[in-house]
Amino acid sequence: MTEPLLHTSGLVKRYGGVIATHQVALAVERGHLHALIGPNGAGKSTLIGLLSGEMAADAGHIHFNGHDVTRLHVHRRARLGLARSFQITSIFKSFSVLANVVLAVQAHAGHSFRFWRPAVRDPALVGPALAALDRVGLADRRHHAAAALSHGERRQLELAMALAGDPAMLLLDEPMAGMGPEDGRAMVDLLQSLKGERTILLVEHDMDAVFQLADRISVLVYGAVIASGTPDHIRTDPEVRRAYLGEEA
Amino acid sequence: MAHAPDFRRWLALALLLILAVAVPPVLAALGQGFYIGFAARVLIMALAALSLDLVMGLGGMISFGHAAFLGLGAYVVGIGSWHVFDGAPLPFGLAGSENALIVWPLAMLVAGLAALGIGAISLRTTGVHFIMITLAFAQMLFFLAGGLKTYGGDDGITLYNRSQLAGLKLSDPTTFYYLCLGLLVTVLAVLLRLSSSRFGMVLRGVRDNERRMRALGFPTYRYKLAAFVLSGMICGLAGALLANASEFASPAIMSWQRSGELLVMVVLGGMGSLIGPVLGAVALMVLEESLADLTQHWQVILGPLLVLLALSARRGLWGWIKGRDGAP
Ligand SMILES: Nc1ncnc2c1ncn2[C@@H]1O[C@H](COP(=O)(O)OP(=O)(O)O)[C@@H](O)[C@H]1O
Ligand SMILES: [Mg+2]
Repeated sequence: MTEPLLHTSGLVKRYGGVIATHQVALAVERGHLHALIGPNGAGKSTLIGLLSGEMAADAGHIHFNGHDVTRLHVHRRARLGLARSFQITSIFKSFSVLANVVLAVQAHAGHSFRFWRPAVRDPALVGPALAALDRVGLADRRHHAAAALSHGERRQLELAMALAGDPAMLLLDEPMAGMGPEDGRAMVDLLQSLKGERTILLVEHDMDAVFQLADRISVLVYGAVIASGTPDHIRTDPEVRRAYLGEEA
Repeated sequence: MAHAPDFRRWLALALLLILAVAVPPVLAALGQGFYIGFAARVLIMALAALSLDLVMGLGGMISFGHAAFLGLGAYVVGIGSWHVFDGAPLPFGLAGSENALIVWPLAMLVAGLAALGIGAISLRTTGVHFIMITLAFAQMLFFLAGGLKTYGGDDGITLYNRSQLAGLKLSDPTTFYYLCLGLLVTVLAVLLRLSSSRFGMVLRGVRDNERRMRALGFPTYRYKLAAFVLSGMICGLAGALLANASEFASPAIMSWQRSGELLVMVVLGGMGSLIGPVLGAVALMVLEESLADLTQHWQVILGPLLVLLALSARRGLWGWIKGRDGAP
């Protein structure tokens, strides 16, 4: 068996008295689309935050691609190829759509102490940025102001920015949140096309999408992983049914 | 469609430049030659406001202590001149100097080093804390300057001569005005170019959404610090010019009111546009000067007037002149 691309052990995060992450051991295999499900407040976003490095774990370890990244700053982890998207759309509103993605490419193109050449006219940045926009279906909107995009388009932009740095792994926090059925379907198609090409950890509420897309599923309840396995395994796990799926069915 | 606002912007810039070039002859023709010196001071404050906009408008770092860099620049010129007159040596085997090619770069260096120290600490905070810490540092330097008994304490230093620059006669108000204009236009052009460079993109990204910048992989602190140092250096140059303009350097230059004025200039003119703060400086200083001529209680009028201006032109004077525009 090969080493998983990302694995954690004994991960703990507390907010005051609330234990948001409880002794989480998670392994995401290379090339897998691994879904993370659980009720609201289960600690999914917190776990994404711990993995991306935006929050520091109170205990435990995170290994990514052969590195112990537990103590690495968020920007260092991003440089190692761990890209994330946000549950609440987080884009640069005063920038054009293209400039948003150019910035994401620039983050991985060496240092930015370059003071002269306009970035949005630099082919080395614009090329990959357009490719990422094309991938999510936003290429024809590239000259629009990001603030002028619809909600669904912002979610697409958010994903394009995560893709732009050619990351080894994507951490996607509810990429379909708040989308209409049509945009949602487009996003599922997009994720399907990314599957196998990138390793993905996907937080998602839409169970149809999750069971359609995922190679593996982990179920988080009160900060702890109560089950982890193939979709078939999760579907039939009695504890999962009781704790989570049962109430939806 | 995308070109119309661009055209309007360049037209406005060209007209402004022509106006600026025309100021000395027009004032002279009107028999108001006395105001050429004032006009030069306006350009100098515009340079300082421009430096503030680099950190505040582009980078979202609201510094309430930029007068400190202005004062440091002025003091370098003042102290250099004082030692030329007095003949007393400076530490490190330095002697006094009035050579602009030595003293002005030194003013930028000293202000830049101060910005490095102040920025390194202040930039660990954000928001209101950042505002307060920069203010605190500026107040520290203000009192420090007041304690320099050798250099006049609270009264400051009177320059015996303006700086010497090649064959130029800087004591001639018109020559000095055009030198200030040349420097202002050069710095403005460079910063406009810089704002769309990779470095400028990072600054504007930090202003919009610093958390996202980190998640993308940018070590934001070092870029913010670099911008802060560059800003401090430019403001130091403005300080060196200001000492020449008023032939005087005193702690008053570093007062918090002066930092506040710079903030008003930036907001009034249009934050983040670089050109706007230059206009803001012109507007504020011309208003102050004309109101002060009218009445002793000019501040009572200026306050509400500024509020009105801020409300009627939310994106500042420059936003109002150049019209709508797209995102970068
Ligand atoms: N910044 C915070 N401060 C305090 N408590 C928080 C914070 N963020 C999340 N929590 C709490 O941690 C728990 C997990 O939250 P979250 O990770 O957002 O869950 P999910 O994404 O699964 O809905 C919740 O009880 C939430 O109230
Ligand atoms: Mg969440």
